[in-house]
Amino acid sequence: MACMPITREEVAHLARLARLSLTEEELDRYAGQLDVIISSVARVGEVAADGIPPTSQAVPVTNVFRDDVIVPPIGAAAALDQAPAAEAGQFRVPRILAED
Amino acid sequence: MDGELTRQTAAGLAAAMAAGEVSAVEVTQAHLDRITAVDGRVKAFLHVAAERALAAARAVDDQRAAGAPLGPLAGVPIAHKDVFTTADMPTTCGSKILEGWQPPYDATVTRRLREAGLVILGKTNMDEFAMGSSTENSAYGPSHNPWDLDRVPGGSSGGSSAAVTAFEAPLATGTDTGGSIRQPGAVCGIVGVKPTYGGSSRYGLVAFASSLDTPGPLARTVLDAALLHEAMSGHDPCDSTSLDAAVPPVVAAARQADVSGLRVGVVTELGGEGYQPGVMQRFTETVELLESLGAKIVELSCPHFAYALPAYYLIAPSEASSNLARFDAMRYGLRAGDDGVRSAEEVMSVTRAAGFGAEVKRRIMLGTYALSSGYYDAYYGKAQQVRTLVIRDFEAAFEQADVLVSPSTPTTAFRIGERADDPMAMYLADLATIPSDLAGNAALSVPCGLAPEDGLPVGFQIMAPVLADDRMYRVGAAVEAALQRRWGHPLIDEARGLDGAGR
Repeated sequence: MACMPITREEVAHLARLARLSLTEEELDRYAGQLDVIISSVARVGEVAADGIPPTSQAVPVTNVFRDDVIVPPIGAAAALDQAPAAEAGQFRVPRILAED
Repeated sequence: MDGELTRQTAAGLAAAMAAGEVSAVEVTQAHLDRITAVDGRVKAFLHVAAERALAAARAVDDQRAAGAPLGPLAGVPIAHKDVFTTADMPTTCGSKILEGWQPPYDATVTRRLREAGLVILGKTNMDEFAMGSSTENSAYGPSHNPWDLDRVPGGSSGGSSAAVTAFEAPLATGTDTGGSIRQPGAVCGIVGVKPTYGGSSRYGLVAFASSLDTPGPLARTVLDAALLHEAMSGHDPCDSTSLDAAVPPVVAAARQADVSGLRVGVVTELGGEGYQPGVMQRFTETVELLESLGAKIVELSCPHFAYALPAYYLIAPSEASSNLARFDAMRYGLRAGDDGVRSAEEVMSVTRAAGFGAEVKRRIMLGTYALSSGYYDAYYGKAQQVRTLVIRDFEAAFEQADVLVSPSTPTTAFRIGERADDPMAMYLADLATIPSDLAGNAALSVPCGLAPEDGLPVGFQIMAPVLADDRMYRVGAAVEAALQRRWGHPLIDEARGLDGAGR
C-alpha cells in the first residue's frame, strides 16, 4: 500500500489532537519514527481483503447484565482526596473559555 | 524447614506454614530482608510496603492459630505489578503522571490476592503504562535481569519477573497485552502465564489496550503459577468482558504433568528467520523431549501470524490513545502549568507532555493517526480484519493439534540500552507472543534451557484454546519435570548475576 510520508506538520496536528504540547526537537524526532512504524504496519493491507469481518473483541460476550442493586459510591471526600486542586468540595480547574 | 526460606517455592512455603514449621511473619520477614539485600542492584520494586506486609502476615498467623479455614496460598508473599490499583499503596504504572497517586479502591485482582491470604510485599516496576519489553520505558529507571545485571528483565512486567528471579518473592502478578508476562518470564528463566482473555478481571487494572489486557501469574515453577492463576482469576461482574465461566482446572493439570497421546503443533511461522540460533536449538530439543514423553508432534502453518505484529501495533496504540485520554490533569495525577493564565486545554497539553514518556507519546500519536478520519479504514479497520484472520488460523490449527508450541521470544535478554532508541527493534521482542493476545487464547512460557552462545535463559511457549488453560499447564509441567530430571536441578539455580557462583 503506497503511503505518503508523515510530515512534521502532520505530527504537530496529531499532537494537537492528542493534547500533547511537543517541543520542536520532539516533532522532528517523532516525524522520522512514526514514518518508519507506519510504513511497517501498513503491511496489514496485503491480506485484509474485502468481506473479512473485523474483530474488535476476541472472546465476545453479549448482553452483560448485573443485578439492579444500589452500591454505595466512594464519596466526594475520597474522590477529591487525590485531586490536583479542589475547592468547596469540588474539583478546581483552569478556565475553560478563551479570553477573547 | 530446610534451607533459606526465599529459595522455597510458594507451594513449599504454604505447606510448611500449614504444618506449623514456620510462620507467615517469618516468611515475610525473610523476603523483606532479601529485598533489602539485593533490590538496590535489581531495582524490581517501586514501593516496598514492609509494615503493611508484616501486618497482613500477622493476620494470617492469627487466623491459622484460631483454626480459621485458609486458602492454599495463605501467608505466601507476592510482588504486585504497579498497574493494579491498591488502596493502601501508591499506584504509578511507571509514569510520572501518576507519581504518588494513592487510588481510592483495590483492583479485583488485588482484592482476590488479599482474600487468598497472600501477603503483598510491594509494587513492581514496569514499562510506563505497560508499553515496552524491557522496563526501560519506566519513568523511574530500568529493572535489571538477575542472570546478568547489564541486561533487561523483559517487560512490561519486568519488575515482577526480576523480583521472582532474584528470590525477592516466590510469586508476582503481571499483565499481558502483547507478551508482557511471557516475554519477561522467558528472558528471566521463570514461568509466565497469559490466561484466556476475560478469565482474569481488568477492574482496577489501569487500562492500556482494553481488548487485549490480561492479568496473569509469574512464578519459578509451573505449579506455583497454577496456584496463583486459580487464586487471582474468575468471573467479575465489575468487568463487562469478564467471562462467566469456571476457572479451568489448572492446578490439577499442573500436578498431572502428562502429555501422552497429546497432539502438539509446531507453528512454522514462529521460528527460523529472525530467531537466535541458540533459542531455536533449545526449542527443537524441547519438542523432541515432548515426543519422547509420548506426545504426537504435528508441523502446521498459521500463515497470517506474520501479520500479527503489524496488526497489534495498530490496534494496541489505537486503544491506548483512547484510554490514556483520561489523564487530563483535572481529577487526579499530575497537573503542570496551572498558572492562572493558561486555559484547561493548555494545562492539559502541558501536563501530558511533562507527565508521559517518549514511548507513551509515540503510541498515543500512532493511535490517533490510525483512528483519524481518512486513515481509519486503511489502518485500524484492516488491522481488525487481520485479527479475524489470526483467529481463523488458530481455529484451523487447533483442529489438528491440542496445543501449539513455539519459542516464547526471538532472542534471549538483550543489553540495557541496546534497543532503547529503535522502537521497531524493541517491538520485535513480542513477535511470538502477540498472536495469542489478538486471539484471546491462553498461553504459557516455561524455561527450556540456556542458549549456548550467551548462557541466558530460553522460554518455550505453549498455546491452548480459549478456556482450555489447563492443557498448557499439563504440557508445561511435563516439560519442567523432564528437564529437571535431565539437569538434576531447576534452571534458576544456574543464575549467577546476583549471588556470584550458582548453586
